[in-house]
Amino acid sequence: MTISRKDIEKVAVLARIRVDEEQVSALEKDLGNILDLVDQLGAADTANVEPLAHPLDAVQRLRKDEVTETNQREAFQAIAPATEDGLYLVPRVIE
Amino acid sequence: MQWDIVIGLEIHVQLATKTKIFSGSSTAYGAEPNTQANAVDLAMPGTLPVPNEQAFRYAVMFGLAVNAEIERRSVFERKNYFYPDLPKGYQTTQLERPIVGPGYVDIDLASGETKRVRIHHAHLEEDAGKSLHEDFHGMTGIDLNRAGTPLIEVVTEPDMTSAEEAVAFAKKLHGIVTSLGICDGDMSQGSMRFDVNISLKAKGSETLGTRTETKNLNSFRFMEQAIAHEVERQMDILEDGGTIVQETRLYNGDRDESRSMRTKEEANDYRYFPCPDLLPVEIDDSFIEEARNSLPELPDARKARFMDQYGLNDYDAGLLSGDSKLAAFFEEAVSHGKDAKLTSNWIQGEFSARLNAEEKTVADSPISGAQLGDLVVRIADNTISSAGAKKVFEALWSGENDNVDAIIDAKGLKQVSDTGALEAMVDEVLADMPDQVAQYQNEEDPKKRKKMLGGFMGPLMKASKGQGNPKLFNEILVKKLGG
Amino acid sequence: MHNKSVAELSRELERGEISSVELTQQFLDRIKQEDGRFNSFITLTEEQALADAKAADEQRAAGNATPWTGVPFAHKDIFCTNGVRTTCGSKMLENFVPPYDATVTENFRKAGAVCLGKTNMDEFAMGSSTESSYFGATTNPWGLGEGEKRVPGGSSGGSAAAVAARLVPAATATDTGGSIRQPAALCGITGLKPTYGRVSRYGMIAFASSLDQGGTMARTAEDNALMLNVMAGFDPKDSTSIDRAVPDYTATLNEPLKGLKIGLPKEYFSDQLSPTMEEQVRNAVKEYEKLGATVKEVSLPNAKLAIAAYYVIAPAEASANLSRFDGARYGYRCDDPKDLMDMYTRTRAEGFGTEVKRRILVGTYALSAGYFDAYYLKAQKVRRLIQQDFINAFKEVDVLMSPTSPSPAFVQGEKTNDPVTMYLEDIFTIAVNLAGVPAMSVPAGFVNGLPVGLQIIGDYFSEARLLNAAHQFQQVTDWHQREPQ
Repeated sequence: MTISRKDIEKVAVLARIRVDEEQVSALEKDLGNILDLVDQLGAADTANVEPLAHPLDAVQRLRKDEVTETNQREAFQAIAPATEDGLYLVPRVIE
Repeated sequence: MQWDIVIGLEIHVQLATKTKIFSGSSTAYGAEPNTQANAVDLAMPGTLPVPNEQAFRYAVMFGLAVNAEIERRSVFERKNYFYPDLPKGYQTTQLERPIVGPGYVDIDLASGETKRVRIHHAHLEEDAGKSLHEDFHGMTGIDLNRAGTPLIEVVTEPDMTSAEEAVAFAKKLHGIVTSLGICDGDMSQGSMRFDVNISLKAKGSETLGTRTETKNLNSFRFMEQAIAHEVERQMDILEDGGTIVQETRLYNGDRDESRSMRTKEEANDYRYFPCPDLLPVEIDDSFIEEARNSLPELPDARKARFMDQYGLNDYDAGLLSGDSKLAAFFEEAVSHGKDAKLTSNWIQGEFSARLNAEEKTVADSPISGAQLGDLVVRIADNTISSAGAKKVFEALWSGENDNVDAIIDAKGLKQVSDTGALEAMVDEVLADMPDQVAQYQNEEDPKKRKKMLGGFMGPLMKASKGQGNPKLFNEILVKKLGG
Repeated sequence: MHNKSVAELSRELERGEISSVELTQQFLDRIKQEDGRFNSFITLTEEQALADAKAADEQRAAGNATPWTGVPFAHKDIFCTNGVRTTCGSKMLENFVPPYDATVTENFRKAGAVCLGKTNMDEFAMGSSTESSYFGATTNPWGLGEGEKRVPGGSSGGSAAAVAARLVPAATATDTGGSIRQPAALCGITGLKPTYGRVSRYGMIAFASSLDQGGTMARTAEDNALMLNVMAGFDPKDSTSIDRAVPDYTATLNEPLKGLKIGLPKEYFSDQLSPTMEEQVRNAVKEYEKLGATVKEVSLPNAKLAIAAYYVIAPAEASANLSRFDGARYGYRCDDPKDLMDMYTRTRAEGFGTEVKRRILVGTYALSAGYFDAYYLKAQKVRRLIQQDFINAFKEVDVLMSPTSPSPAFVQGEKTNDPVTMYLEDIFTIAVNLAGVPAMSVPAGFVNGLPVGLQIIGDYFSEARLLNAAHQFQQVTDWHQREPQ
């Protein structure tokens, strides 16, 4: 299975990763090779096979509705790229 | 050309849990920015979600209240998209296996008819944070306190055909979730947010038209306006031979305008897949039975009880039973005021008008049900006139005094109902107004006579210093004047 | 001192023959002196380690010691350490100092162990050679004499190299597709990947959530058991962790192996395996026969599909797991972003390395509209077939044995330009992660002076049996004691 330049450009936008022109060519080859490897899956007979999301057939445990967290804003914002008045700052959305 | 309107709703209901859906952070509203956003909510590296049992209990209660099937095994999925109010870069939600399956809600229409609106499903998910677009040197501020607040998203079938029906459904749903106590119902704080899907089709046609989605309507009034606005917009386009574009629109209630929210660079591709940090949630019979046993009285049952217990008519019972806080207010008032019809009239009249005028909800009312009930007692036993009652209501509302009888005394609003004293006043006034008496007695038209009675009331009220019982004055006058 | 095991050091501390402060200082000196050649550490926490050592000595004096009190070790730089930079081998987290601990970190802290620093790794654990680290490649202590530098394997290559070079007696590690076992094999040490859910993933930076599992690295099986005693257990903060009693893994190390049924999966003794590697592995199996085990051939018919399934599932999960690295709240943010989109796309283009970006893109593609069924769903179905193979095999035998890697340590740079060739390094280890069963790699010989690992795979929650089998083997062999020159 090949992956087109257009696919790569689309996927890069979805993944929010800037990809330059020359990188697209390298990715076309590398991702193409990876997808070739992955295409072996097509050979498997999986009729009537349930997908397996987790190795153990466990079910979710639920937490009691009790407040366990305290305000640690200062510690978390000390490692933030930009904050003001307790808010995280990000560039504006340009639509 | 004639058109049929097709409306479906998606409603986000914030659940009134103490903590977030996947972390032990508080969900209390109004805290300082990011003081309720902890490692899990901030999507710090390595942190993991653990679901809140209460969110599931509330979702199950909701499902039972809307006659829906409860899915015994529900699965969380990741909905992938980037936005600064979404810390993980995906929203944890349910898609293929939601907790609440198909159900329905019956709504009452002004015509007296009852209509069934089907619910497609309702699923659990996490809310996003908030972006503050005020100017921070050209940047946007992000508050993640709300991120991770549990929501149920209720999705209806496109069963509604007018703004009236959609609003009736929305109000009904509001009544259900507030009665259940699973949501505070405060729409101004975003506790319930409505997305409306609207399409038009040629009258009688089976083929659905292209729909648009108008997002995030946070009042019933805006919802009604937005629907009217969008129906008109689509109709104009279609009648000009145009086509409707499937899109998301944002309605501005203050300007009665809407605009498209499409972003140009990408078609949404959310890449849903089961969240590998979470396991399937299994709900067993005992959990469901426990939830069923904890269900409080719901609006439909309450309405029937109000008709039965208080003798209210269908309309009054429907109005007072829909909102659980209003219903509780009514019941508190009537337990003091006894006269249910009079209590109902005062709640729907003066009380509601005042709340609306000040954009308040029952919860923020400065007067209690008990106070209104006490007021009703004094109206019913003729201690005060309705004009006097309005003055008492005013004093209660402004907080001038909190005791009805004390206000009546202080303001001298007590009516004189002593028939002997009133008769003496009537005799005196009639003696002073012989011309008018003669005019009255010569008039044959009963309507005109009735009107002329009013001419004696002014002097009578003056004579009684405003304290004469107008009803009794009226009776005595009629008697003395010979009918 | 540096050749001593955790068990030995623990005994010496207990007997008061050495203090933790002395021990810690000796290891720190050794790291500073030697690690220039290996680059096995990203961060050395000298001050904190000495303070912890002092506290540990006080604990011992007060009579409150655990076997770990005062024993030095290191954490793979994927475990969040409160107040200590945690990079995951990435520029994205170059300056990230978490204000919280991973559960594993907390467990070692509570046990009184002394962490000397954070070890190097492939960026976000994506790799089999520890060459994709933003902080430079780690060099395998073995094969240095040849004039060429060899890889230590990956992604836990820093931990493996540090243990092999005697810079620490033990180190934590993680394994998503072989990231404990393959570097353990290539560095001639012992490593264990526990059953999925046995060790908490909280605070362990996620690569692929349904495959990631924290585990142990040391020279001896006994030390691995001591580590697992600290690491294993239910964690209410990890929904996928399993609430199941934790045995004392050292208690059963000396059980005799007589009657142990060993299965050799025929698919793992195929043409991909060099005859010299195969010989070493078969010799190891013969040792087990001498210890009373019986051997038979078994089949894992779907094992050949494991790499394909893995390279859908792991990148798909990673593509979502790594979305949080967006420059908004922590970690790297590009300079002067002109708008939000620019911040996202440049932060992620500059903050992630080539292999990480490749995998995010593959995963995004596999989940995108139109491909979900053909890739993701199909891979999950194949995953069940692979699991079923293991379940069937364990109906017949107690453990499976195979080579850990198809070849010994390769030369740095040899596979970096061809991702698929690199992926095939994990051909014998990946199925284990898909099934979620536990497995070890145990030193089992040498080829051309380079260590060879024997992989021992067990049924769910059979860690005690694996450690027992490895320990008994280590009583009759000395491969694990060999020291690189």
